[in-house]
Amino acid sequence: MKLRTPVAILVASCAVGAVGWAGLTPIRSASREEIFQIPKGTWARRMAGDKLEILPDDIRLTLGVRDVLVLQNQDDVPQTFGPTLMMPGQSFRLPFAVASDYQFACTAHASGQLTVRVEPFPETPWARLRWRIRELLKPT
Amino acid sequence: MRGLLLALFFLAADDATLKAGTFDPPRAAPDFALRGSDGAELRLSHYRGKLVVLGFGFTSCPEVCPTTLATLAQARKQLGAQAKDVQVVYVTVDPERDGVARLKKYLATFDPSFVGGTGTDEQLAAVRKEFGITATRKTSGDSYTFSHSSYTYLIDREGLMRALMPYGQSADDYAHDLRILLRP
Repeated sequence: MKLRTPVAILVASCAVGAVGWAGLTPIRSASREEIFQIPKGTWARRMAGDKLEILPDDIRLTLGVRDVLVLQNQDDVPQTFGPTLMMPGQSFRLPFAVASDYQFACTAHASGQLTVRVEPFPETPWARLRWRIRELLKPT
Repeated sequence: MRGLLLALFFLAADDATLKAGTFDPPRAAPDFALRGSDGAELRLSHYRGKLVVLGFGFTSCPEVCPTTLATLAQARKQLGAQAKDVQVVYVTVDPERDGVARLKKYLATFDPSFVGGTGTDEQLAAVRKEFGITATRKTSGDSYTFSHSSYTYLIDREGLMRALMPYGQSADDYAHDLRILLRP
């Protein structure tokens, strides 16, 4: 019982410290690009019956941190990827400057639509904390 | 002083960066032959030496097309003398209603220099396929409308597809990018 209190205080202090750091430390990013790739062999795998999802229905970007969408077609055939038709080996780089939801027709999706949600730069501690938590939980 | 130089460098770099999405490497824009709203055959290759803004839509479009065309007309005005080197080409997705005369009249309400393209269903479908454009007809009562790709392509003087401008970008953004692409 005696040991539990200092451990609890330590854990609570660490948690408060982590939350404080996440909220107060400015967000920096080595690259502002969010990259999606069509790997080589995708078309062949689709022809063989594999249901491959390369692009999520919703892509979230953040102004000033990660606000450039990059699509790369590394396959051997032309692909309609995101909003555009891309040749083998071609890439498409689309920067965003205004926070908004952008809808693109995309034949790669069952819904036929891709939404890019561009959010404002996280200015406040609460926004920074939320952004960091979301990044932490983002599937890799 | 170093800070000022750095700021100027980033300002210059930003100025040279297109607001539109860019292709790397750029590919040659597929050519096509359609009926032009000016009465002549419409071929992209006729406009080599000019910067072409290529869009797809239809004259009965309630929102997207009028917005894009009005934006393009405004951007051309901003370019001043350079506007003569920019050609807007708008290809219809609705050949049933959009004949040559109707396209001409409609486009002239935005800018008389705009050229429209129409053709048979098959011709237009082939052009859309080459450019990755979708157009889905949606019936509504006795009438119909289209859900279609709303972006425009920026095709440089050599006929290379350099960029894709998403719907909703401002006239300032268009003028910014057109100026960059017009540079020798």
